[in-house]
Amino acid sequence: MAYTLEGETGSWEVVCGLEVHAQVISKSKLFSGASAEYGAEPNSQVSLVDAAFPGMLPVINRECVAQAVRTGLGLNAQINLWSRFDRKNYFYADLPQGYQISQFAHPVVGEGKVEVTLPDGSTKEIGITRLHLEQDAGKSLHDQDPTKSFIDLNRSGVALMEIVSEPDIRSPEEAGAYLTKLRQILRYLGTCDGNMDEGSMRADVNVSVRKAGEAFRTRCEIKNVNSIRFVMQAVEAEAKRQIGIWEAGGEVVQETRLFDPSKNETRSMRSKEDAHDYRYFPDPDLLPLVLTQDFVDGLKTHLPELPDAKTARFVREYGLSAYDARILVMEQATADFYETLAKGRDAKMAANWMMGDFFAALNRTSTTIETSPVSAANLGALIDLIADNTINGRIAKEVFEAMVETGDHPADIVEKKGLRQVTDTGAIDAAVGAVLTANADKVAQYKAGQEKLFGFFVGQVMKAMAGKGNPALVNEALKKKLA
Amino acid sequence: MSLDPAAIRRIARLARIRVDDAQVQQMQGELNTILGWIDQLNEVDVTGIEPLTGGATMAMRLREDAVTVPDLTEAVLSNAPDRDGPFYTVPKVVE
Repeated sequence: MAYTLEGETGSWEVVCGLEVHAQVISKSKLFSGASAEYGAEPNSQVSLVDAAFPGMLPVINRECVAQAVRTGLGLNAQINLWSRFDRKNYFYADLPQGYQISQFAHPVVGEGKVEVTLPDGSTKEIGITRLHLEQDAGKSLHDQDPTKSFIDLNRSGVALMEIVSEPDIRSPEEAGAYLTKLRQILRYLGTCDGNMDEGSMRADVNVSVRKAGEAFRTRCEIKNVNSIRFVMQAVEAEAKRQIGIWEAGGEVVQETRLFDPSKNETRSMRSKEDAHDYRYFPDPDLLPLVLTQDFVDGLKTHLPELPDAKTARFVREYGLSAYDARILVMEQATADFYETLAKGRDAKMAANWMMGDFFAALNRTSTTIETSPVSAANLGALIDLIADNTINGRIAKEVFEAMVETGDHPADIVEKKGLRQVTDTGAIDAAVGAVLTANADKVAQYKAGQEKLFGFFVGQVMKAMAGKGNPALVNEALKKKLA
Repeated sequence: MSLDPAAIRRIARLARIRVDDAQVQQMQGELNTILGWIDQLNEVDVTGIEPLTGGATMAMRLREDAVTVPDLTEAVLSNAPDRDGPFYTVPKVVE
């Protein structure tokens, strides 16, 4: 079912494309040797290039180029062996050069595509128009003083990848799925940490609306949206605004807007009429960026297994459903944890423990897979204790809770708490005998045909044995005695 | 191609260069002379010829990814017209 918004004049289709700015993971900046690390003291990571002192020359960082190429490969995109840098000219207080070094006419990465999975399980291909490298600007703080803006240039010159999608997105849900998938691929590749809170991934959202079968109408661009949820809300809010304008007989004007999450609306940026006149021209300080096919092939050989391939392999090797596999590969660390866990064990059982009790415990204790008190080795040991009949499934849950609390090895917990499963048939027979004697009336009813009572007897025996009876042996002993 | 006075003023504003009315006429003449030369170049048929991107057929040098610049806070800020602690300060700019 295609997503549409209902207006007074009928259904409207939403058309959306995203420009994602992803900060490149590297030690130093794109054109200078200053540190690119986040969170340092203001202006402590600023080289004379970043502060745009006269006469300074930019020299490109090989690793930043490699990261862009890796990302291109991960997006199934064409790598351009010849690309070039241009100057994008504008004046702003946190842009000391007066221009941003970017790639306008000849980006390093061309067309590609990503496949996204929607909540209903269906998939859709979103086209990538291009990916180019550019410098980030510094950071302005407007709330420190009534009359002044404060400028921190630590971010000035840090490498960004701008990843532009085709206008293939047709709903807020698809926008969310695309961003989620893109972030996942970047994190797997190790080319961007995808941390939207720290601004290392932010999106400009292009939105227009149209009636079915029409050509594209005028679009508006919503700048700098910094969470996946806000992108989804912004798409819907902006589409509704535009529908209102068209239906009132008005005309949507192409402009740059901001999204206000507290009001769930977009509003026009007070931009001057020439804000978009960037007067791009080739940067005379920089020669063309020329890569060899060997350089690209070398990077390709060392790419990690990406989410789509891993999902397919999990389905194939571990017999998981596509849904379960997708959840387990969401993060590289989760997938690695699962593979450690599943190795040499019942793969389905490993998946169930991870997605059930383990994920619930992470949520409850606000820990992550990296900081979890329960390691993959320990959770695996717990599954082994179930598999070799040392403990039963119910006791296992109790042991697991103790593992979350203490981080101890499950075998130690079982020993210390005396939770070892009772498989001694003598002890089981004795418990069965005692329960049947104490419930002679129910035994008579059972024998008269009330077979549902069998469950009651199992429960009573387990209770008498403090939950430690082997369920299969208890069933067997009961059946024999009641026969 | 030639530029009218309005285009001259617009280009000057984009470049943040103050140009008074008397200068507009002078600049219009100078820039149009330059554009005249460009128009002459445009008469050359370059079909099928690869664009020349620079005076040298060289490629960009790539440096290794290493932090080579120390903390220069005081050095860079010593040139700031105005500062507050470790920050540059400028007249308030806000959208």
